[in-house]
Amino acid sequence: MKHAADSPAALAAHFPAGSAARSGLTGCHACGQIVRLGIEARAQCPRCGSSVHLRKPNSLSRCWAFLIAAMVLYVPANVLPIMITTSFGDTQSNTILSGIIVLWNSGSWDLALIVFIASMVVPLGKLLALVVLLFSVQRHPLGNLRQLSRLYRLVEMVGKWSMLDVYVVTLLATVVRFDAFMSVHAGSGALAFGGVVVLTMLAAQAFDPRLLWDAAHDDEAQGTARLKTREEKNNA
Amino acid sequence: MPDTPEPADQDLPEDLPAAKAVPRRRWQLPLVWLVPGVAILVGIWLAIQAFTGQGPTVTIVFQSGEGIEANKTRIKYKDVDVGEVRKVEISADTKSVIVTAALNKQARDFAVEDTRFWVVKPRIAAGSVSGLGTLLSGAYIGVDAGKSTSSRSEFVGLEVPPILTEGAPGKRFTLHAATLGSLDYGSPVYFRKLPVGQVVAYDLDKDGNATTVSIFVRAPYDEFVTTNSRFWATSGLDFTVDANGLRFNTESLATLVLGGLAFGAPAGQPKAAPAAPGWQFPLYDSEAVAMSDHDTTIEYYRLVFHQSVHGLTVGAPVEFRGLLFGEVSAIGIHYDERTHRADVPVDIKVYPERLRKYSKTLPAPGSASPEIVRGMIEGGMRGQLRTANLLTGQLYVALDFFPNAPGVAPQAPGKLRRKGEKSTPVEVAGDLQEIPTVDGSLNELEASLANIARKLDKIPFDEIGKDLHTAIRSLDATLKNADGLMRTLNQEVAPEFKRAVQEARETVSRAERLLQQDSPLQVEMRDTLREVGRSAQSLRTLTDYLDRHPEALIRGRTPEDKP
Repeated sequence: MKHAADSPAALAAHFPAGSAARSGLTGCHACGQIVRLGIEARAQCPRCGSSVHLRKPNSLSRCWAFLIAAMVLYVPANVLPIMITTSFGDTQSNTILSGIIVLWNSGSWDLALIVFIASMVVPLGKLLALVVLLFSVQRHPLGNLRQLSRLYRLVEMVGKWSMLDVYVVTLLATVVRFDAFMSVHAGSGALAFGGVVVLTMLAAQAFDPRLLWDAAHDDEAQGTARLKTREEKNNA
Repeated sequence: MPDTPEPADQDLPEDLPAAKAVPRRRWQLPLVWLVPGVAILVGIWLAIQAFTGQGPTVTIVFQSGEGIEANKTRIKYKDVDVGEVRKVEISADTKSVIVTAALNKQARDFAVEDTRFWVVKPRIAAGSVSGLGTLLSGAYIGVDAGKSTSSRSEFVGLEVPPILTEGAPGKRFTLHAATLGSLDYGSPVYFRKLPVGQVVAYDLDKDGNATTVSIFVRAPYDEFVTTNSRFWATSGLDFTVDANGLRFNTESLATLVLGGLAFGAPAGQPKAAPAAPGWQFPLYDSEAVAMSDHDTTIEYYRLVFHQSVHGLTVGAPVEFRGLLFGEVSAIGIHYDERTHRADVPVDIKVYPERLRKYSKTLPAPGSASPEIVRGMIEGGMRGQLRTANLLTGQLYVALDFFPNAPGVAPQAPGKLRRKGEKSTPVEVAGDLQEIPTVDGSLNELEASLANIARKLDKIPFDEIGKDLHTAIRSLDATLKNADGLMRTLNQEVAPEFKRAVQEARETVSRAERLLQQDSPLQVEMRDTLREVGRSAQSLRTLTDYLDRHPEALIRGRTPEDKP
């Protein structure tokens, strides 16, 4: 959603009442200075010089870009082996799913569950959540705005904890190096998986949750406008 | 809603600074869209790699799926990974195991007609231990790339690893043998006791009457396999007992256990051209058989013996004047109803070529042979059974000249006749010319043995026994006397001696008692000595007095002088 407008008044009309943007104000992220912002596309804080904006610039397209990249990498992350174990000349390569199956079959269902949640459910859930948020902004809200905001907070928080697999593989790959007896190598799947996690984190960061409320306000404004025109027609 | 900006909050200071405008960026397309672009490129690249890295998928049929696991068992060519087993299934008829394997890109040329697959597992066979590495890593499927150009995706796996892989320099040859002996896959082939090749395959002939053995001789040794080479089995231990005694031969220690083959050219033959690949050779049972002259002309004769042929076997040698000339081909028995006697017809086969080697003037074998034999019989030639080995009792047939033998008119072929009488022909193996016989050396031996027995009989064992008995009896008496003497000594002399010793002991003890401190003798002696001392003192007093009063001797003692 673009906020391009010819005048500050037209711009302000996009923001819901009571928001800082409605008054043409924003705070500098770096130094906290409240600045008055016009219709400039790019602006700097007059005090510290860091860039200021009413909303994160290109938030939606950036978010989509990272999300699509993450989705693309999600496929090799699950198809390619994530860990290659060599013990006594016997090489075994495991993808995330086959690793979970091995854990489950060997009886450690608790570990299997942890890995399943951390490596399958969480990344997939994050991707879905971001799609829901973007759809809510661009089409119409899929649910209560407060719930959507909570969903966004959850996505942001969980991001740092979804690298479990990558940590395990990197630790094993560096520690388990007994050449002939046993060695562990990271598969290309690990790289893709790391990419998915990083990209979803970036996507979550690029998303501006304030847009949820802006969009709701816009919808409302359009609704009233439509109502108004219908009334005018009726009057005519 | 009003389109004007809402008035600023009352708490906000009025002099809020305005943001500084920054010129627009020239690019409108955000750089961030490079990220999904790169991701898609990476994805496409990985997909392409995965697709092109995939070689053909093949199915291999094995008798058993021992050690093969889906998604785990590797396929290796020269110990390099070229694929992986994807699926292990049981065939529709449940008789075999179908292994589906994905080969990778570098093995794409492997799915051709003559590619071979086999399971590599620890194997101890044919002089070598192989596949030990798989003890730890588990079995894998070995592959030998074929050279054919026609592709194929369904294979039948070998149950035994092939001995040699394609492209090894050398030649293959085919051997024909009656039995396989102790040969096996990988059994070594020796040339001058040097291992130069291996048995690579063997099979029963279609009619089941013989076996075919495929061998591979490595370059450069394959040059030594010539068209006149002879192959023989050195299967394990060559341990033979026959008329020639006991023979023990082995090619190498390994063949003791494994069996093997050896080849060589017969001595004295000119060097022949190297045999072409696939050349066929007969496989002989032993070196001696392989190297012996292979006589092309064989003639059969019959000998009828009137004695036991115990110890004579089919294959026993026939010697002519001590030279190996043939062998026994059949032994039978014939009962003559008229004389009620049984004869033993023995058929022999001889190699007349051997005779011609040094007697060049003889006509070629064939029609002339009966004439020559008849002439020899007239010259005194007879067949005789001789003992080859006293220990084993083996017999052989000797053809020799006996000038004193009773002249026997040579008989017509087909008629076996006893001397001087007509008898029915013996139907053993067709019509054979008969060579007359004389009694074997065994009979002579029996006679001499009987002679020895008779001489032994003459020895007067009874008398010798009787004499011995007398001698023993007198010895007994002597011993009895000695026994009596001993008893006397024991009963009479010994107590006396004992008493004497006792008395001596008493005497000594008595003397001991006398000499003791408080014995009466000692006390009396002491008293006596004391008395003597006192007497000596009185005497001294007397002499002193006399010294001073010599007159006393005459006057007697004066009273004042009295003590």
